[in-house]
Amino acid sequence: MVPLSWYLVVAAALFCIGLFGVLARRNAIAILMSIELMLNAVNINLVAFWRYQSPNQPIGMAFAVFVFVVAAAEVAVGLALIISIYRRRKHIIVEDMDLLKW
Amino acid sequence: MTTVVFILFSLMVLGGGLMVVTASNIVHAAGALILSLFGVACLYVLLNAGFLAAVQVLVYIGAIAILIIFTVMLIRREGEDRLSFNSMWSGVLVIAVLAFVGLILILNQVWPLGMEGGAPDMNLDPTVQLGRMLLDPAGYVLPFEVASILLLSAMIGAIVIAREKRKE
Repeated sequence: MVPLSWYLVVAAALFCIGLFGVLARRNAIAILMSIELMLNAVNINLVAFWRYQSPNQPIGMAFAVFVFVVAAAEVAVGLALIISIYRRRKHIIVEDMDLLKW
Repeated sequence: MTTVVFILFSLMVLGGGLMVVTASNIVHAAGALILSLFGVACLYVLLNAGFLAAVQVLVYIGAIAILIIFTVMLIRREGEDRLSFNSMWSGVLVIAVLAFVGLILILNQVWPLGMEGGAPDMNLDPTVQLGRMLLDPAGYVLPFEVASILLLSAMIGAIVIAREKRKE
């Protein structure tokens, strides 16, 4: 059986990859996809801790299910926003979306 | 044997993730996202969370990734994704690597890497337990219902935001 820390290392690496994507990409859809990667890293952590620390009390799995729900809601609203912005401005480059900047 | 499978799936997850953040073509990034999400589902199977693996494939790959690909196809234009990173990307890369190193150092303090043993045995079926816990009045039934309201409001919000305004 693989030790717990291996899962945590993989999750940390995936989280940092997602962090880089969120901060460095210019395309709004790519940023949304990077956020999905970060949420998945959190989910790996939750499920791994459930399996190794309290396997007879599936609290970690319950939290992972709620993360699924929130991720689905977030993507639906985010993509709707992107489509709406695209309609108005004909691009989805986040650097050029300066409607609320001064 | 499990170790080899774990390393294989981890490479799938991390390789897919790296392709998501580096691919200049956004369609390729979406394909890599599906690869990465599927690797995460395989990790769930290794962790005895078969139900979550099924939900991962259904919700993440079947709904979220397909929704993202639909949006990409709707708004894709030529020549727009030639520059995939903004001007701060090298600094951000340093930040991400530092965050990873910091996380590993903290992790090494709490669970020294690779030193601990395997997982404890499970007495009960985790899926049955999860179902009982989610619908138990003393458990998570209130967050469960709130989550359904959240999904409903997100659906309505998405429709309202994305709807084209009629011009009179």
